[in-house]
Amino acid sequence: MIHKYKLSGYNVLLDTNSGGVHIVDDLTYDLLDNVQPPFEDTCPQKIIDKLGKIYNKDDITECYDEIVSLYNDKILFSEDDYEKFALTSVASPIKAMCLHVSHDCNLRCKYCFAATGDYHEGRMLMSLETGKKALDFLIEKSGDRKFLEVDFFGGEPTLNFDVVKQLVEYGRSREAEANKKFRFTITTNGILLTDDMIEFINKEMNNVVLSIDGRKEVNDRVRVRADGTGSYDRILPNFKKVVETRGKDKDWYVRGTYTKYNLDFSNDVMHLYEQGFDQISVEPVMADPSMPYAITQADLPRIFDEYEELMKKITEIRDSGKFINFFHFMLDLDQGPCAIKRLRGCGCGNEYVAIAPNGDIYPCHQFVGNEEYKMGSLNDGSFNDDMKAEFAAAHVYSKPECKKCWAKFYCSGGCNANNYIYAGDIHNAYKLSCEIQKKRLECAILMKALTMLDTAE
Amino acid sequence: MKHIKTINKANLKKTAAKGGCGKCQASCQSACKTSCTVANQKCEREA
Repeated sequence: MIHKYKLSGYNVLLDTNSGGVHIVDDLTYDLLDNVQPPFEDTCPQKIIDKLGKIYNKDDITECYDEIVSLYNDKILFSEDDYEKFALTSVASPIKAMCLHVSHDCNLRCKYCFAATGDYHEGRMLMSLETGKKALDFLIEKSGDRKFLEVDFFGGEPTLNFDVVKQLVEYGRSREAEANKKFRFTITTNGILLTDDMIEFINKEMNNVVLSIDGRKEVNDRVRVRADGTGSYDRILPNFKKVVETRGKDKDWYVRGTYTKYNLDFSNDVMHLYEQGFDQISVEPVMADPSMPYAITQADLPRIFDEYEELMKKITEIRDSGKFINFFHFMLDLDQGPCAIKRLRGCGCGNEYVAIAPNGDIYPCHQFVGNEEYKMGSLNDGSFNDDMKAEFAAAHVYSKPECKKCWAKFYCSGGCNANNYIYAGDIHNAYKLSCEIQKKRLECAILMKALTMLDTAE
Repeated sequence: MKHIKTINKANLKKTAAKGGCGKCQASCQSACKTSCTVANQKCEREA
């Protein structure tokens, strides 16, 4: 399978199964509409006659030979032979956990997937006892995995920060005897951050995700407090303090959501950059299409243009010698994740679970509160291994649309929760999300390819 | 080559044989939480 596209004056050719990326001329681009394996020794005359109206005939035969050469090198039209790995490597230890220490929130963000923090289950904080059980559960289920990821999530986790601190201490106290290493992270809206909290977070958390949507008017239209006032002025200085005092060896991101209200979201990315944040993730809102802020199919052309605009702005910054990282443009064409990793997405329900404040277990944070997808409970020791197996089997070959998609080894089947919520089944691709993902990937592949073009053969 | 410039030397197929150690980060735990991209994660396999 190949995928080719035109972007910013370049013709990009991707070989899906090998991951091979090529920049090609117009002749190659057009010739690929006319040829596919099995190849003949020389270019068929009827193709020379057809394209000969536009291109030089010697060039056509030469180009044909180059295509055949890459085919023989297995970096063009290469075979898809990964399915056997999808069918055999299903039983994975659990290595990551989203720990919902607070189903309460001090913001009332209009697009909140968690029903303004309580996940339709009533406002509640996790007890220390339940949190300890969660970490014990993770250690017990983690098999030979050394690194265990725990994200303190909510709601707003700083509303239960004493428990966060005690759980970090508890986790650390178990690391040696269990031969594990916890990688704690926290996702916060920043309203309550104090200097003490920031110091603790920067000492203990491998990653911190700071929620802010961009420009003040954009952020404050949707990220509001209970009284309706905006959050921007409160959170911005707090986030700056986190970043300024954070160790260079530790990860962090400012993370925003864009909606129909700010389809010019490249301006929000740039605003965040101008405020001193150079690790940025801004993502499309996932929402019921009837909501006024929801992104719909009709918005896609505008969104595609905006990603191209963002690509240009980021390239300009980098060309000036400065650093900026946009999470969804990150791509390593030489040393990314292995093919096995790429067969499944986030690993939810299989390698990754979420724990609600009451100790209920779900495949991920987005399934929390959905009784149909409750996997078990820390309180009675129940755990649905059949459901775990179902998620383990949700790989790109069990998702009909993914199986035939060129982007399958990049998004790896997408978000199972979005598939379930918006397309009715974890195996059904949520097309809106797919289209955005594919555009982001096209931009990311080209951006990376251009940085490598000088040394290309 | 005159018409085609091949950008990357890595071949995904080579990673299949020794892949799947599972030491890498869970993809949703970094900075997405709503839109999963796996290809931007790092391989953490020890050589």
